[in-house]
Amino acid sequence: MATERLSAMYGKSTAVKDVTLSFTANRVHALIGPSGCGKSTFLRSLNRMHELSPGGWITGRVLLDGKDVYAGDVNPMQLRRRVGMVFQKPTPFPTMSIFDNVAAGLRVGQRRPKAELAETVERALQGAALWEEVKDRLTTSAMALSGGQQQRLCVARTIAPQPEVILLDEPTASLDPQGTQRIEELLFSLKKAFTIIIVTHNMQQAARVSDTTTFFYLGGMVETGVTKQLFTSPAREETEAYITGRFG
Amino acid sequence: MVALMGLAVVLAVLPLLLILGTLIAKGASSLNLAFFTKMPVPAGETGGGVLHAIAGTLMIVGAACLIGLPLGIGGGIYCAEYPGSKLSTLTRFVSDVLNGTPSIVVGVFAWTWIVASQKHFSALAGSVALAMLMIPMVTRTTEEMIKLVPHSLREAALALGYSRWRTSLAVVVRTTLPGIVTGSLLAVARVAGETAPLLFTALGSQYLSFNLDQPMAALPLVVFTYATGPYEEWHQLAWATALVLILVVLVLSIAARLATRRKFSQNG
Repeated sequence: MATERLSAMYGKSTAVKDVTLSFTANRVHALIGPSGCGKSTFLRSLNRMHELSPGGWITGRVLLDGKDVYAGDVNPMQLRRRVGMVFQKPTPFPTMSIFDNVAAGLRVGQRRPKAELAETVERALQGAALWEEVKDRLTTSAMALSGGQQQRLCVARTIAPQPEVILLDEPTASLDPQGTQRIEELLFSLKKAFTIIIVTHNMQQAARVSDTTTFFYLGGMVETGVTKQLFTSPAREETEAYITGRFG
Repeated sequence: MVALMGLAVVLAVLPLLLILGTLIAKGASSLNLAFFTKMPVPAGETGGGVLHAIAGTLMIVGAACLIGLPLGIGGGIYCAEYPGSKLSTLTRFVSDVLNGTPSIVVGVFAWTWIVASQKHFSALAGSVALAMLMIPMVTRTTEEMIKLVPHSLREAALALGYSRWRTSLAVVVRTTLPGIVTGSLLAVARVAGETAPLLFTALGSQYLSFNLDQPMAALPLVVFTYATGPYEEWHQLAWATALVLILVVLVLSIAARLATRRKFSQNG
């Protein structure tokens, strides 16, 4: 996945300016930066969620497998099945059981036979390291799970339809340290199968989980590079100021 | 100050208790099996029941629900989905005005457009009038309930590749269904006791009828006719009917309460 001169606007105000970036498959990419720097808006432009916000529009291109996802013949709903997203707060569907939550994304698009559905749900829950905890209560309400479990359920729901890219928007912001750790461990196993792009305001988290890191500031991309390098010897002064905690 | 507030509370609750007390004192003695299962007897004789009015109220209110609930709920969903559109603003405004319109005005309207043009009274005209009273109530509560669903839930569904309408129906409306049921029950409770719109439409009848195209009896109409009639037996029946009517409304309100409570325990 890549962007070419991507800018994202809300009405007349620009939230993301002219960002050209590429994301390698099977890597974890972290987007860091202070609040309001445009990193979330950038992320939401990748699966065309940004255009659903009031006044949201973009210029530039977002490429998935070399094809512009904003091209006229691309159906945004089909795109979102290929580029999954996990949000800041766990968002299980309150009226659905654990099983139905994971199956929710599988029920759009082509119909699957029951056995295949059950198998895919199990695989997704295993992929999200939640299977052992919920396998005996798949038909109970997802609302009874803890916050951390709910977030892993959302990860399972996202990976069930086998997307190519997973976008995570501060996925641990509302979790306790233990829940955070589980999600971070999860990223290591998930990157074997997916391209992962994670927005985080937590620099330690970015340093721990990501292979490459991009620093956003005031809507623009300041610097991007291999995580270790960016954190130990940043090329730009703003990056150093931010990661050493002088602002943000 | 506390004493004043307490007095205000007592004064606020007092009318309901007085009404209930009076109705039970005067009407409960006439409530027996015959009251629910027998037809009225000729004036002057004792006994008989209001089966015709019970059936009539069920028919008229049932038909009103069939007309009013889909339109009301649909309108509410539309207003919540397109909050900024001109049509939504207009719908909200019209609903608020209609909510404040005296029910007798709606009755006269139904008389003018249905009864007068068909040249005969009909239960269906009454149902249309009641539906017109239900629609604005249901529209507004549906919209308010849907607005309570967190935006993040909608986004989660959209991010899974759900279409806008599928998101709305399968996730948002599903989540808020207990609230919509509550709003609908309260609307039903409210119109079940309406008398004025039925006076010019369903008219009332002494016979058991299931034909919506004909005049039909209804509980509020029975109260009206019997309470203003000259016979003591009629007065007795009117008290009992009024008691049944208020109990129906009470039960519907309590059911609405229970539906809401279930929703909150589910989310908590």
